[in-house]
Amino acid sequence: MTVGPGWYMTLAAALFSIGAIGMLVRRNALVMFMSIELMLNAVNLTFVAAGRALGTLDGQVSVFFVLVVAAAEVVVGLAIIVAVFRTRATASVDELSELKG
Amino acid sequence: MVELVLFVITAVAALAGAVTVVTARNPVHSAMGLFGTLFSLAVIYVVNLAHLVAAVQVIVYAGAVMTLFLFVIMLIGVDKAEDTSEHLPRQRTLVAVLGAAVGLVVVALIVSGRFVWVPAGGGDVEIPNGTVQAVAEPLFTTWILAFEVTALLLTIAAAGAIALAYFKRGLIREEHE
Repeated sequence: MTVGPGWYMTLAAALFSIGAIGMLVRRNALVMFMSIELMLNAVNLTFVAAGRALGTLDGQVSVFFVLVVAAAEVVVGLAIIVAVFRTRATASVDELSELKG
Repeated sequence: MVELVLFVITAVAALAGAVTVVTARNPVHSAMGLFGTLFSLAVIYVVNLAHLVAAVQVIVYAGAVMTLFLFVIMLIGVDKAEDTSEHLPRQRTLVAVLGAAVGLVVVALIVSGRFVWVPAGGGDVEIPNGTVQAVAEPLFTTWILAFEVTALLLTIAAAGAIALAYFKRGLIREEHE
């Protein structure tokens, strides 16, 4: 029995769904961030699996770009979380209403 | 056969880690769950001959990004319990149904064979061997512009993070007075 690309895609779909659920349910900004990382990694898995099935390295190159964007996002996002925490002493997104009209 | 065994083990580990991220009360436990998922995915990449991607996954994601996460968790404290009451009525039920629906649709698409895997040349393909040299070749020829843009993006992100961390509230105003 061989493990086809569909198997990896299914795993990636499950990981993405779990990440999306976490993003919607949790209120701790840090955990929401980790859920986003889960979704990004699910996409990386599809890139690698598809690249393998199609016999090309472009999938793996795409993973690098996703990785760079994820790293940049983590840096800025965590800086925002720390900045918010310093003024409001909370990491809960429900307690932040400064931008409310 | 080896690939099947490895896939089952890593898939179970990755899913368990992902569920831990979402369900754990303590953010540190969430971080550990994410670490498990990232590491399992690195094993899957090795199985798929994506050697460089696997190495980068461990070094950058499981190493640098997770360390950054843990630093921030320690910085802002983990002793505060998260408010778990539902501000929106039936939020959890709704999200669970929506999430399950999204997952089911994608899985159904895959299982039904709507994604057809035919390479440009047709027929069987050789699994591309993702060594450093092999990945660098398209990265520095075809995708060189995108590569340079990522350098710009990282510079902007670093500058933005420093700006956010450096200027405390009111500091800018005081400097102008």
